[in-house]
Amino acid sequence: MKILNIILLISYIIFFNNALAEEQDKKNKITKNLRCLICQGQSIYDSDSEFANSLKILVDKKIEEGLTDDQIYQYFKDKYGDWILYDPGLNKNTYILWLLPLLLFLVGGAIIYKNFIAKK
Amino acid sequence: MKKKLPPFILTLVLGVIFIIFYKGLGDTNIYMPENTKHYDVPVFNTKEFNSNINFSSSEIFELDKTYLLNIWSSWCVPCRQEHPLLMNLKKSEEINIVGLNYKDNKKNAENFLKELGNPYNKIFTDLDGTTAIELGAYGVPESFLIHNNRIIKKYIGPLNKQVINEIKKTIK
Repeated sequence: MKILNIILLISYIIFFNNALAEEQDKKNKITKNLRCLICQGQSIYDSDSEFANSLKILVDKKIEEGLTDDQIYQYFKDKYGDWILYDPGLNKNTYILWLLPLLLFLVGGAIIYKNFIAKK
Repeated sequence: MKKKLPPFILTLVLGVIFIIFYKGLGDTNIYMPENTKHYDVPVFNTKEFNSNINFSSSEIFELDKTYLLNIWSSWCVPCRQEHPLLMNLKKSEEINIVGLNYKDNKKNAENFLKELGNPYNKIFTDLDGTTAIELGAYGVPESFLIHNNRIIKKYIGPLNKQVINEIKKTIK
């Protein structure tokens, strides 16, 4: 019986640690993707300003409430706009940001093809 | 087959680049969002400054009334600057000034008000700063003009005379 109890205790500790670590990973991932409001250009993960700390508290609260990453991003986006995210999704405000590199790649490819490959 | 760029075009291009960079120097590098969007006051819970009684945002802002919600703190230097303007605005009866004391020590805040006067009809506290985030604030000080439970204007940074006149015009 004692052994069973010890095994249970160990497995419980391992499981609990894992759950905690997962939550911490999630928090780190989210805070690295949120922009600091005061020290713009820094993520709130890196920042220690008053507002960044408040944002971290809110992220913690939202994770505790069981919100998914996307829901948390949406929550901050509603308040501050796409600007708060370092990795904004594709929408009508950001399509140039996302599609321009692809377009440049295609145009560049076309120029290379026309001048070097098609000429041969 | 490369032709030499005519010096004229080269000068022109460099000139344009110089002007763009020179003008860019004058721009602030702090991003300010467009603050013309009207939106509902978010739901939040806070505590009254003196009594520590819990309040929800819907209890604070009555419909049909105009409020100026001012985020302030005793450690914030620009708040000291804008304070006389708030004292002045207090004289106008059409507006209720609500203070949100941001991440402050109660004693310091009380001394601040004793020294400079209390322009606020009501004060609430935001000890961990999350209420300010719920409101979508960018820093201290910041003020929100609220009517019918909607934020109709947001003033980032300290208020100035021009803004006060604008507020007075809006509430008339």
